[in-house]
Amino acid sequence: MTVTPPTVAAETPRRALHRLRTSRGRQAWAGWGMIAPAAILLLLFLVIPVILAFTLSFTNARLISPNPPRFVGVDNFIRAFTADPVFVQSIGNTALFALVVVPVQAGLGLALAVLVNRRLRGTTFFRVVFFIPVVTSIVVVSILWKFLYREDGLVNSMIDAVTFGLWSGTDWLNDPSTALGAIIVMSIWQAVGFHMIIWLSGLQTIPEELYEAARMDGASPWRQFTNVTWPGLRPTMVFVLVTITIAALGLFVQIDVMTQGGPQGATSTIVFHAVRKGYEQQEIGYAAAISLIFFVAVLIIALIQRRLTREKD
Amino acid sequence: MTDTLAPPARSRQNARRAPRSAATSRRWGVVATYVAMSLLAVVFLFPLVFMFVSSLKPDAQILQDIDSPMAFLPVGDISLDNYFGVFDRVPVAQFMFNSVLVTVLTVGLGLVVNSMAGFALSRLAWRGRIVVLAVIIATLIVPFETIAVPMVYWVAQLPTLVFEGGVLKYDFGWLNTYEVQIVPFIANAFSIFLFTQYFSTIPKSLDEAARIDGASWFGIYRRIIVPLSGPAFATVAILTFLPAWNQYLWPLMVVQKENLRPVMVGMQYFFQLNTAWGEVMAYTSMITIPVLVVFLVFQRAFVSSIAASGVKG
Repeated sequence: MTVTPPTVAAETPRRALHRLRTSRGRQAWAGWGMIAPAAILLLLFLVIPVILAFTLSFTNARLISPNPPRFVGVDNFIRAFTADPVFVQSIGNTALFALVVVPVQAGLGLALAVLVNRRLRGTTFFRVVFFIPVVTSIVVVSILWKFLYREDGLVNSMIDAVTFGLWSGTDWLNDPSTALGAIIVMSIWQAVGFHMIIWLSGLQTIPEELYEAARMDGASPWRQFTNVTWPGLRPTMVFVLVTITIAALGLFVQIDVMTQGGPQGATSTIVFHAVRKGYEQQEIGYAAAISLIFFVAVLIIALIQRRLTREKD
Repeated sequence: MTDTLAPPARSRQNARRAPRSAATSRRWGVVATYVAMSLLAVVFLFPLVFMFVSSLKPDAQILQDIDSPMAFLPVGDISLDNYFGVFDRVPVAQFMFNSVLVTVLTVGLGLVVNSMAGFALSRLAWRGRIVVLAVIIATLIVPFETIAVPMVYWVAQLPTLVFEGGVLKYDFGWLNTYEVQIVPFIANAFSIFLFTQYFSTIPKSLDEAARIDGASWFGIYRRIIVPLSGPAFATVAILTFLPAWNQYLWPLMVVQKENLRPVMVGMQYFFQLNTAWGEVMAYTSMITIPVLVVFLVFQRAFVSSIAASGVKG
């Protein structure tokens, strides 16, 4: 009789622990079960292709071939930098595109955001208008501009009208010196609205009181921008710069639709070159090597951008 | 109304130029803003207006009108002939069906799979959760372009099980199927990330209460979290809708069968021998209008979705 109470007392925590454990266990099962579909799909269509890109880049694999892929070491990488002038040219074009598009698109996006951030009637309408090219497919946009850029196209007829016939433009996409520039202008036009919205959401996180305080101190509009707006936009800036850079480095559709890398390789980009080698010319191994070089470049640039923007904080 | 909501910029000017009539300079600021926004609106809209207007004109008139403002006005020989011509040239209805099917399934299945993953990552305690979350976030930096070419190689040899004569057999691959256009894009690391973020803002006490009432974890997801997360679902739906509808590079590589191709790839059929620009404009209008309508109807949700995607910083 006197023994019973201790036994019960000893059993209660154990039973509670047991119950806890099964609850934990059930939670773990639910956790794995609910992540499983996404995890399996990501494994199949992201992780494995990445590993495959890595391994294929050291082989001479072809898309359709009776022979199994053979290990060739770093031959593909050596070939890319020493025996493939179009690849080297593609790196230059991609870098130039990114160097122009990143600052210009980010800057114009910010300018647009500041413009439509005013509490005036109709600003929503203009936000929608500036965003319309973003929702329009880049394939459609590229085809449209290809037509606008023709020698007898709308762009030239507008230049002609504005300059009163002094200058009538050129055949933009077929001239090696203007083709990439023409694609840059179009690309900025198409995507700037996206970044305007991102900047706008950043602007709206800045408390109005800060502007009121600045105004009380007699700060000029420019000083308000440099001392209140700009510091408040730092996290947004990191996001905008990283997304524009990654998008710019991946330039492909515009090239494929508008110029096919021409004239004389003037608009070939890394991704376009990889797709041409890997898909059209079936050299998967070599294309994987180019993709890997591209990925490493993206990674390095993204890390540098993060580091630079973090150090300023 | 406008007086109480005076935008910062105008008030700033007032502070600087106190002697001048405050109302006058404020009015000039507003006028300047509207002029700037209107000019920009023209820049953003002219190519699309040109596209819609040209789609109604015969080729000869399109080229003739380019030198004058007529290019933007639906005047002259206006008809829907180009639209009928498109139907003669390509199986538009089939392309549209394919694109709608691929888009709806990619977005729909993506919402289910990614939200379940987000639930598992944000509200369930299980061993490995942190590692899985870290891996998923790490995959965000892999641009699709870098794995596109190896992925073609991968899906080309991916086995599909077929039942043939009572025996389960391998088939050779996923090229030229609907699933190759859908399945690889269902799981999306960024969608999972957005769901995880959103779900973790919902009070955990709701789960506990439901647990006491005997609800299963899936029941909690289905009956409590999903109904409370409308904005998150809208955001993910919008952010995945556009890339799904606009897919180009991937179907170009993996779908050769005409009756399985989406609208963007269908573009290629218009650039043989001599291009009929009127029909091109009609086709691009046809594939752009559905997206524009969806955008204009859900404009508010679009803008907040894009903004939400940038908040992650």
